[in-house]
Amino acid sequence: MIRLLVRVGIRHLLARKRQSIVSLMGIVLGVAFFLAISAMMQGSENDFIRRLIDNSPHITITDEYRNARVQPVTQRYPNGAVEISHVKPQTETRGVRGYQQVLEFVRTISGVRASAVLTGQALVSFAGKDRGITLNGIVPSEYAGVSTLPTYLVRGSLDDLVANPNGILIGDELARVLSLVLNDNLTVATTTGQTKTFKIVGIFHTGRINIDEEQTFTGLKRAQALLDRPNRANSIIIKLTDPTLARAVAAGVEGRIGYKSVSWQEQSEDLMNALMIRRIIMYTVVGAVLVVAAFGIYNVISTVVMEKQRDIAILKSMGFHPRDIKRIFLVQGIVLGLIGGVIGLGLGSALMAGLMNIRFKFPGSTDYVYMAIDWGWFQFTLAAGVAMAASVIAAWLPARKAARFEPVAILRGSA
Amino acid sequence: MTAVIKAEHLTRRLGAEVPVTLVQDVSLEVDRGECVAITGPSGSGKSSLLYLLGLLDTPTSGRIWLNGVETSGYGDDQFADARLSQVGFVFQSHFLLPEFTALENVMLPMQRLGRLPPSAMTERAENLLGRFGLSGAVSKTPRQLSGGQSQRVAIARALANDPALILADEPTGNLDTVSSANVQTIIKDLAHEHGRAVVVVTHDAHFASSVDRIIRVVDGRIQT
Repeated sequence: MIRLLVRVGIRHLLARKRQSIVSLMGIVLGVAFFLAISAMMQGSENDFIRRLIDNSPHITITDEYRNARVQPVTQRYPNGAVEISHVKPQTETRGVRGYQQVLEFVRTISGVRASAVLTGQALVSFAGKDRGITLNGIVPSEYAGVSTLPTYLVRGSLDDLVANPNGILIGDELARVLSLVLNDNLTVATTTGQTKTFKIVGIFHTGRINIDEEQTFTGLKRAQALLDRPNRANSIIIKLTDPTLARAVAAGVEGRIGYKSVSWQEQSEDLMNALMIRRIIMYTVVGAVLVVAAFGIYNVISTVVMEKQRDIAILKSMGFHPRDIKRIFLVQGIVLGLIGGVIGLGLGSALMAGLMNIRFKFPGSTDYVYMAIDWGWFQFTLAAGVAMAASVIAAWLPARKAARFEPVAILRGSA
Repeated sequence: MTAVIKAEHLTRRLGAEVPVTLVQDVSLEVDRGECVAITGPSGSGKSSLLYLLGLLDTPTSGRIWLNGVETSGYGDDQFADARLSQVGFVFQSHFLLPEFTALENVMLPMQRLGRLPPSAMTERAENLLGRFGLSGAVSKTPRQLSGGQSQRVAIARALANDPALILADEPTGNLDTVSSANVQTIIKDLAHEHGRAVVVVTHDAHFASSVDRIIRVVDGRIQT
């Protein structure tokens, strides 16, 4: 039965080939653009998040507390008649207390790699000018697991830091400014008044000027000595196998050790919100393309319905139910949506493949960048689904009208 | 013997503010094997009466029995089902679906009914077309057929589900003399040789005079 209705519906479309093809093209292009644009937006968004996730720690534990610490006496007698005001906590050496224990604890969580870092300010003098740098004390073998630093090294390697306890890694910008090359010496003075001469064992280039100009890396022990903070680290950097869990893990860690643990999501919450808004705008726009395409379908099916009044009357007089008539025209919408969707997905895929091969260079950049394209089942399903829904709705309106035609009125009119 | 179609006091009015009465207090009965002509001036309500008898339109008042079953209180779907299996319509202009071949047009009601296996539908449709001398036109589209041929295809289609009642609205109105005579013979044979009840609305006095009974309708009423 339904096959009969499908056949009648398809014959109607075939009888108006040109108009059907035009409305089909609307859906095809709509779906293709929907796919290509959403893949591009999604790609750039994911690329952005990937960079964000890769280049920053997933969780950073710092030597700070989110809230002022509760005094022991208040803790002991929460309801006691005690009031302590203007408490000034004891000055303590800055840094995460017992960082080794914290590290040990953090590493018991599965999917976690962690490394302790001691960061401090230092100065280098060159040609009578002082430059401020940030000295990062790291354990090279552990740090390699939580940072993308090794991938940015253009000279030397992280292992050279292990081999040479007086080694230091600097950015290429700093090297350029100070006209230093690999294996040169660099004298660093810290705020504690100590001076130390390092040997440059590696140069990195991240492409971000403030990092390439300011950050330097040396062994943790050396940094502790130089900054006069023995057995201290002031942050613990954590990378997760699944970065999306960062928020939950951070909360867990903070609850356990008390130190402020910030996930990457928390760190860049405003960016995430901005990305979400961008995504909503994008889907609204590409969705509108499909709605416009649906008007094409509405147009062709309404035309068919008006033209086929006589046929509708004859089918009804033959004994076709009103809902059979409705289905004949719904079928046309479904067929157009389906074919348009399939061709559109194909064309969209081709468009995306083409876009993926486009590479360009930002002015002043040395690297070629490829267009970031991300496609997933979500996009395909959404594009096909929206196209289908739009087609069915576009067909449903004229189909309902067709089902309501009074055969007698039409027969009288055309007899 | 129960009449194939029996109507009692049929009245059909249109419109609310300025009511138009199309059919007024018509009672009639048509038996198996009988060919009845409805005649009358244009606008007298002949076609409206035919649509009522064919359950295509519902009377404002009055009752209709089809094969002895009363149809008052039927819903749209029940009317459609009754038309599908028990009534065959033939209209003035042939009303074939232009996208389908002659064979497919004849098969449409069978496929909608779905009582026969597909191969039997094809066979039956070919036989019907063959009976009306259209064996060679089986796979032609309506556009490739002459008026007379189209009207014969339409009659074959009306017979598709072997209905007891055949209703024809000016079936010869658009045909030349030869085709018209041919179609008239076919229609009369449907009653006389195949035992169907046939009701024909016609202007053609010659055709009307050759059938079993003439019902003359003037201003929606039967004139006796």
